[in-house]
Amino acid sequence: MTRNPQTGLLDRGLWRIDGDVVGILLLAALLVIVLPLGLDIFRLNMVGKYLTYAFVALGLVLCWGSAGILSLGQGIFFGIGGYCMAMFLKLEASSPEATKIQSTPGIPDFMDWNQLTALPWFWEPFHSLTFSIVAVVAVPALLAFIVGLAMFKRRVGGVYFAIITQAFAAILTILIVGQQGYTGGINGITDLRTLKGWDIRTDEAKLVLYFVNAALLIGCILLCLTVRRSKLGRILVALRDKEDRVRFSGYDVANFKIFVFCFAAALSAVGGAMFTLQVGFMSPSFVGIVPSIEMVIYCAVGGRLSLLGAVYGTLLVNWAKTMLSESFPELWLFAMGALFIGVVMVFPNGLAGLYQQYIAPRLRRPFVGRAKMPAAAAPIIPPHTAAD
Amino acid sequence: MSSDKFDAGKPVGGLPSPLRRKLLLGMAALPAVGLLPRGALAQALPTDAVNTTKLAVTDSTVKVGILHSTTGTMAISETGSVQAEKLAIAQINEMGGVLGRKIEVIQEDGASDWPTFAEKARKLLVEDKVAAVFGCWTSASRKAVLPVFEQYNGMLYYPTFYEGLEQSKNVIYTGQEATQQILAGLDWVTKEKGAKSFFLIGSDYIWPRTSNKIARKHIEMKGQKVVGEEYFPLGHTQFNSVINKIKLTKPDVIYASVVGGSNVAFYKQMKAAGIDLNKQVLMTISVTEDEMLGIGGENIAGAYACMKYFQSLQNPNNEKFVAAFKAMWGANSVIGDVTQAGYLGPWLWKLTVEKAKSFDIDKIAVASEGIEFSGAPEGYVRVHGNHHLWSKTRVGRARPDGQFDVVYETADLIEPNPFPKGYQ
Repeated sequence: MTRNPQTGLLDRGLWRIDGDVVGILLLAALLVIVLPLGLDIFRLNMVGKYLTYAFVALGLVLCWGSAGILSLGQGIFFGIGGYCMAMFLKLEASSPEATKIQSTPGIPDFMDWNQLTALPWFWEPFHSLTFSIVAVVAVPALLAFIVGLAMFKRRVGGVYFAIITQAFAAILTILIVGQQGYTGGINGITDLRTLKGWDIRTDEAKLVLYFVNAALLIGCILLCLTVRRSKLGRILVALRDKEDRVRFSGYDVANFKIFVFCFAAALSAVGGAMFTLQVGFMSPSFVGIVPSIEMVIYCAVGGRLSLLGAVYGTLLVNWAKTMLSESFPELWLFAMGALFIGVVMVFPNGLAGLYQQYIAPRLRRPFVGRAKMPAAAAPIIPPHTAAD
Repeated sequence: MSSDKFDAGKPVGGLPSPLRRKLLLGMAALPAVGLLPRGALAQALPTDAVNTTKLAVTDSTVKVGILHSTTGTMAISETGSVQAEKLAIAQINEMGGVLGRKIEVIQEDGASDWPTFAEKARKLLVEDKVAAVFGCWTSASRKAVLPVFEQYNGMLYYPTFYEGLEQSKNVIYTGQEATQQILAGLDWVTKEKGAKSFFLIGSDYIWPRTSNKIARKHIEMKGQKVVGEEYFPLGHTQFNSVINKIKLTKPDVIYASVVGGSNVAFYKQMKAAGIDLNKQVLMTISVTEDEMLGIGGENIAGAYACMKYFQSLQNPNNEKFVAAFKAMWGANSVIGDVTQAGYLGPWLWKLTVEKAKSFDIDKIAVASEGIEFSGAPEGYVRVHGNHHLWSKTRVGRARPDGQFDVVYETADLIEPNPFPKGYQ
């Protein structure tokens, strides 16, 4: 055990039990017990869909909140993850028997419509579930690595990086829409049926997938928490607040940035794959600039510095979106806009900031003496952000 | 005045004229009509008998869904369909509803976003248990909701002309599939204009590509030539390079399936490049009166459009339809091909329910074959066993005022053939 040099508190390592861990347990209880008991399968499936965006928001908390790298192209990775899964499911749904009315049986229907007569080479490996699952994580991480290498090694950062990620999102959308014989075009890959013979469209399958999704999400939160608490996590925060000092201390800043960008990409991709499984299709409308920015909004509403905040933010925004659009089909977009403006103006650190400011102090007082309520426990809010 | 009646097939009577007047006054009296005593029909057909699958049907009401984009990029196109469907439902309610039950509408917004369409379709079918859904516009939205309708056994009335290659027990396609829209138009332009070479240009997605595939086969089978085929992303606004190619290849006919906002740029740039549509034949399968509003009649006047319906169509059904539409939605509203097809949906559903004497989806799916609607603004339509409509192909010539002059219509109804042999 060592003393944290900044706070003077005992640092009991990565696995200390504190507010974060209690928060995760509460979230787990909400996701695994309260929601399944309180909602019918239709609404539960919708919550499952929302939670897949929470993977992206988690990645953004690390990438943007911790390391200060704002990516406006997380939809790229969400989409690629989803497409990898969709390609596997589509091939399974396109058996020669199921597609015998086509001119070329055994290939996905959209390829047949586009006059392809054989399965393209890069589709072949997606016959294998193992390969597909590896690809879900590996392909986006690899792409993030290449983009990160090209950008961070040249010290491209800040606004420029955000704009370039947007450009990539636009490029990928155009590519997918344009190459519709290979990708399904703007329709996306639809009508997915079974996973290794297991029908993913039934209510039971939806329930099972919901729990798998929730478990994966909790697992990813724990993983993120570990990263944040490790030395790596502290270096990330350091390079957000004073990049040059980190560099002068002998660290290769670019490598850390590349790592966190890849990590966020892999998380988003897991979300994308779970999305495909639960919703039953994937389309370029999740890849482009608009969905990517929406995902940043989820993170911002929840609080970009808090892992749990990001999950709650995602749930809140999507729930509001569904409820408002069901009640006011003509006006709901205005209500959403008002909500976002309100969030940014009134509590810039999102739900988590609200919690830290108003609720946490009241909760803590009975348990912890005043003297022990130091700067360390509080502030996920960095000094300079609080100022701006 | 017999033409004053909506002749909607055999089982229904005319629209009494005092009621019609109310209708024309903007549906102000609708809530009161709901309080009128229902006919004996509802008592004769108890809910248990006509609804064995727990749909949202009571002794006096039946719920249906309308699922279109009222926000986002597609809202401009889909609004017409929503208006037409609401008009049809209001008229049906005026006449006493369906099997004596008043139709209640639950409207959802697909927000021009395909997953949202799927989510809302599931909501309508699972939560609201609607007896039918009128909705969708783009192929992508239909593809997104199709598995949902098949899984939960719902019934979708889909209004848009589309690429074909699809047939489902759970969908009635009230627009034309690709061959119904394309073949007769090509034959007409060949015969009337002596066309020998064609330049195909479209937006880059499934509908233009499939349509052009069919068009190309048909052109080549007759020994004519396709001198160019180009696609542009949705929303594309730079057409100068293709316009230059058109000038170089000098096709007899430009065959256009550019959709949405791109149309505005395409026609304006053609005009600016000096292509006079009164001399250069252009045939489009994607411009209706709705698109003309954006393009501007003066930019497209002279072009030919191939549709099954034009607002200027002269027949008693259409005159009444246009009057009722304008009374409900404003004198400046225009009615395009898809809007009219949207109007057919609720009527066909009503006729089918009354033929089947049941709201059950399985019975409607079977009973749909052979349903006739002689009150259709486009004239007369009949549902084919493959759930598409028999309908005519018409060619209209664009006028500067935003309307079309109908210059040709096929003598007979054309059989829908969503899986055309020899064209795939």
